[in-house]
Amino acid sequence: MKDHSEIVNEVTLPPADINRRDFLKRLGAGVTIAVALSDFKSLGATMVQQRSLPTDWNAFVRVAEDGTVFCYTGKIEMGQGVITSLAQMLAEELDVELNSVQMVMGDTVLCPYDAGTWGSLTTRFFGPPLRAAAAEARSILIEMASERLEIPVRQLKVEDGIVYDARDRNKKVSYAELTQGKQIVRSLTEKPPLKKPSEFKVIGTSVLRSDSRQKVTGEAKYAGDIRLPGMMYAAILRPPVHGAKMLSADTAPAEAIEGVELVRDGDFIAVLHSFPETAMTAVKLIKAEWDIPEARFDDKTIFDHLVKAGTDRRITQEQGDKERGREAAKEIIETEFQDCYVAHAPIETHTATAVMEGDTMVIWGSTQTPFGSQGQVARALNMDLEKVHVKEVFIGGGFGGKATTPQIIEAARIAKLSGKPVQLIWSRDEEFFYDTFHSAAVIKVTSGYDDNGKITMYDSDIYFAGGRAAEIFYDIPHHRVSVLSGRDAHAFATGPWRAPGAHTNVFARECQIDIMAHKAGIDPYEFRLRNTSNHRVIRPIKAAAEKFGWTGAALPVGRGKGMAVGYDSGTYVAMMGEVEVDEKTGRVRVLRVVTAQDMGLVINPQGAIIQVEGCINMGIGYTFSEEMLFNGGNILVKNFDTYEITKFSMTPPKLETVLLDLPDEPSQGGGEPAIITVGAVVANAIFDACGVRMLRLPMTPQRVLEAIQKG
Amino acid sequence: MKKTIKFTLNDRPAEVQVDGNESLLWVIRTHLDLTGTKYGCGIGLCGACVVIVDNSPVRSCMVNAGFVENKQVLTVEGLAKNGTLHPVQQAFVDHDALQCGFCTPGMIMNAYGLLLENPEPTREEIINGMEENLCRCGAHNRIIDAIQDAGKVMKGEL
Repeated sequence: MKDHSEIVNEVTLPPADINRRDFLKRLGAGVTIAVALSDFKSLGATMVQQRSLPTDWNAFVRVAEDGTVFCYTGKIEMGQGVITSLAQMLAEELDVELNSVQMVMGDTVLCPYDAGTWGSLTTRFFGPPLRAAAAEARSILIEMASERLEIPVRQLKVEDGIVYDARDRNKKVSYAELTQGKQIVRSLTEKPPLKKPSEFKVIGTSVLRSDSRQKVTGEAKYAGDIRLPGMMYAAILRPPVHGAKMLSADTAPAEAIEGVELVRDGDFIAVLHSFPETAMTAVKLIKAEWDIPEARFDDKTIFDHLVKAGTDRRITQEQGDKERGREAAKEIIETEFQDCYVAHAPIETHTATAVMEGDTMVIWGSTQTPFGSQGQVARALNMDLEKVHVKEVFIGGGFGGKATTPQIIEAARIAKLSGKPVQLIWSRDEEFFYDTFHSAAVIKVTSGYDDNGKITMYDSDIYFAGGRAAEIFYDIPHHRVSVLSGRDAHAFATGPWRAPGAHTNVFARECQIDIMAHKAGIDPYEFRLRNTSNHRVIRPIKAAAEKFGWTGAALPVGRGKGMAVGYDSGTYVAMMGEVEVDEKTGRVRVLRVVTAQDMGLVINPQGAIIQVEGCINMGIGYTFSEEMLFNGGNILVKNFDTYEITKFSMTPPKLETVLLDLPDEPSQGGGEPAIITVGAVVANAIFDACGVRMLRLPMTPQRVLEAIQKG
Repeated sequence: MKKTIKFTLNDRPAEVQVDGNESLLWVIRTHLDLTGTKYGCGIGLCGACVVIVDNSPVRSCMVNAGFVENKQVLTVEGLAKNGTLHPVQQAFVDHDALQCGFCTPGMIMNAYGLLLENPEPTREEIINGMEENLCRCGAHNRIIDAIQDAGKVMKGEL
């Protein structure tokens, strides 16, 4: 029998280095499963930049002495629920109780490198290697149990973390007992197979969120909830508009306030105080003069501007010959769709707490990319990457907006300059000002259909929405999708917003399909089925129609139904909705939404359904009310009174979701797909209700009313 | 000149030294180190900072600390008793009525205040009562269901 404490020296890993020893010391005792990165090609880009940890392997799983199973991941929890679904995957493959799994997320010292939590990638791309690591851990623990119990491996079984003799359940040893008093690192040469769907006990079963108790009691710690001795709150002097250059700044009035400490580094001026409101008040007393650039466009002229600015054409999809498609058409329809800038508006503003501990900058920050933030701080402050430690916190909503984290660099910079622990909480005004907005966009579509209700051609010029979810999945013999972009198009930052650009693209395509269907005199549901042979498109359409009870029959006066189909993050989504239009006010209420998703193996069905519901409710905002008002670099929105996100009264009273049962197909994304179809579903339902075509987002009551009055 | 404000916080006597202009929100979060009450907008538009003062929901960013002198203040930290969640908290857990959780304390406190005033609200009354509490993750429907269930539990019906 082997002495387990020596196993650490026997592991078939490349030569140990100092990094690895350090790392293992940090993790503590127990069985750590080392996973060679080369085993997981599927991780691809998300893992290649492994930096602060040893380059050859990652610790995903550690079984501690008390039986707690730690799962280390560079992913973060921002509401999307992977804190629960990743634990489910681990519990399944390791055969432990779900509640024994403790997730450790987004800590740049403890967790394996990860590029960021976005793109609905976690379940799709982190899930498989996590399951493999857990399966490997299980095999290693059984091997150890076999040595301990002197029973052959093939005769052993596992249940809830206890390995036992299949012939005599009294002969048993727990994972916890196997790990006691030792630090063991093992890796297998032969990889065990993953469980089959028929063997699942945890995967595919709905479980409640694991972090709710912390969140309903106020115990959950976000970046702004960290309290450090002597901590100062920071407020930073901001330009009045984007692109403004500071000419002068008189900081004396701010410094006159008792307890204020000023930090200045060139144009970077921050006020520190032990009470946050005093810092915020003091910074406003600074008398600064600015050179303000002239506004070149505003929220009304933006669309003309974008079409002029979009000079670089990139064809993302092309087949056949447009002209032949035109000739084959009975009717050609040209439509221009418009969408505005939209804010992320998480309820938690960008926040960071930073402190120099010895020679290390320690940070708690609201970030979707802890490792990205770490790198940015290291570069900005000229520090070694290893000397910047981003720690685990909950994130109060991200939606893509916290993929960009200047507040973390700012807080770290102030902490370094002042030598004090610093907390920086962006005000709501700053949050709107420095957001990386969903881009305003114009989409020009030309399409045609023939006498048989077949689409003969489709040509789409997408200005500044990018190509995501713009793919043509209908059987159109002649089609082309062009993404147009150009320099200097925006007066402020734009960036990824929950399925970047996708809802604009789907709005245009699915409304254009609807327009053609009505012109052709064919039910939009029939029209779509007539124009696709892709089973992954057909399956969710049929499932949604069945749940919705889609028929050709007209709804009562003032009501209408609409549908849209989209493809994003590997998932096909079909959505149908019913609206009620008040023709006197232009106010539209969504009464009901049915969603069907073709998303492969679903880890936590309720979690996936909740993501769909969240997508719809958030989507209601961009559909009806969210619009960033601006004049050049001047952001006119300062708070929620001029930027209306979805409120309780706007949420559809009935949300029904069908997840297609496809356990043998790979898991696909769930956090974004259902948001992309909401605008198109509503626009098409408005047409069905009152015969007006809404071609611009958001469809505010005023715009709907104007359209109705125009007829 | 600092003055002392005395009040009851989560069933315990509390006092803070303030200048007078400090908002209740930041006094709770900094002087009293109770960080469950959140900053979201600073001008009473989002509801993340709702606490209960003398049985009514109050946006703590909109009142000065002096407002609570000699009053009873309840924050989200004071809702569970001896480790047992309050029915409103339990209902939020059972309905998965939260995602990122940042609006949750304000939602729960506002709902608690609503149920004190109206133990059996209709769906419409819940929507009206919660309308100015913002949730960006889109948990609205589940929050409504949770509040309805919590009301029933508080009345002993569930």
